[in-house]
Amino acid sequence: MASLRKGLWLIVLIGGLIALLAAPGAVVAGVDLPRLEHGKGDRCVDDEDTIRRKHPDFLKHHRDETMRNGIRTTKYSLKQCVACHASEKTGSVAASKEDFCVACHSYVAVHLDCWDCHATRPMKPQVAAQPAPSASPAPIETGVKP
Amino acid sequence: MTEPSDKPMTEDRREFLKTGAVLAGATLAPGLLLYGVADGRAPEEGASSKVRWGLLIDSLKCGEGCHDCVTACNTENGLSGNTGPQDTQYIRKLDIKDLRTGWVHSLPMMCQHCENPPCVDVCPTGASMKRADGIVLVDRHICIGCRYCMMACPYKARSFVHEPLHDQNPEVPRGKGCVESCTFCVQRVDRDLQPACVEACNAKGHKGMIFGDLKDPNSELSQVFRAVHNTEVRADLGLNTAVRYQGI
Repeated sequence: MASLRKGLWLIVLIGGLIALLAAPGAVVAGVDLPRLEHGKGDRCVDDEDTIRRKHPDFLKHHRDETMRNGIRTTKYSLKQCVACHASEKTGSVAASKEDFCVACHSYVAVHLDCWDCHATRPMKPQVAAQPAPSASPAPIETGVKP
Repeated sequence: MTEPSDKPMTEDRREFLKTGAVLAGATLAPGLLLYGVADGRAPEEGASSKVRWGLLIDSLKCGEGCHDCVTACNTENGLSGNTGPQDTQYIRKLDIKDLRTGWVHSLPMMCQHCENPPCVDVCPTGASMKRADGIVLVDRHICIGCRYCMMACPYKARSFVHEPLHDQNPEVPRGKGCVESCTFCVQRVDRDLQPACVEACNAKGHKGMIFGDLKDPNSELSQVFRAVHNTEVRADLGLNTAVRYQGI
């Protein structure tokens, strides 16, 4: 009887241990990795390891090609990154801590200058019209003969 | 000289004629292309020196108080539309008065996209640059905001961004600390569209602006250049501007 009770205790103990190990799937041993919103981009233009390691080089190369030579391919284009990876919640790649670019860059403490000039949101289908500029300055007077 | 081999064989007649023109040029004078094709450029092709973009403005058709080109420019490039001393203006609408006769007329003034641009000469970093197709641009990635180019420009075409900007047009990145000016709407030109000002001027029925390729003898622009006298502003500087005016 005593050995049966001992056996039961052992089974309960082992069961408990298994439950403890299996249940918290989210708590992975090691570092706490950044969690980012991928937006609608389910697969990248390259494999993830290459892009993770080399995306600054790709983007910098492409920016010069576009800016200086007028080459406007969409692979490695920052605009294309934003178009696919803008968060569905914020509509941006850099509005909240979970947004695609900011999630990793804040994690590794690398400041991004891109968004000082570049739009963090994809192209809007329709751009609203602007009001007419204020009254023009006084005519410039010239001494040109007719 | 020939088309890349990975192109499909279903080329249309236009493509065939293009290739024919290129081959003809090569036969006449090897190494010298006599005739370039302006439009229909693929995204991976890049700007070509066979093209030089130009603009003709008929100031007699330009109405006093009409700001259609300026408004279209502001919308396309995400400018505020304010005209203060620290506000960006790619196009300034000028009213010019002749003191002797009192004749007043109006014209838009913007970057003249010089062949020999003084802004490019003075830039200490190489940010101010001329693209192969003659469009003068500022590479904001390396612009340090020194504003030498603003002082060098005889047309007062450039502006400096003094305040942080938000919600830029995704196609027109611009930000604080950089100099900027008219780009001939390069993002549109690369898609075979006309600059926003030209499109607006024509769409509103003024028809005071013609945009085209100066190196293509068959372009509308070249034909008008041959037929009608046009003026280069400050021709004495020898800059060979791509923007020319009629009626001044």
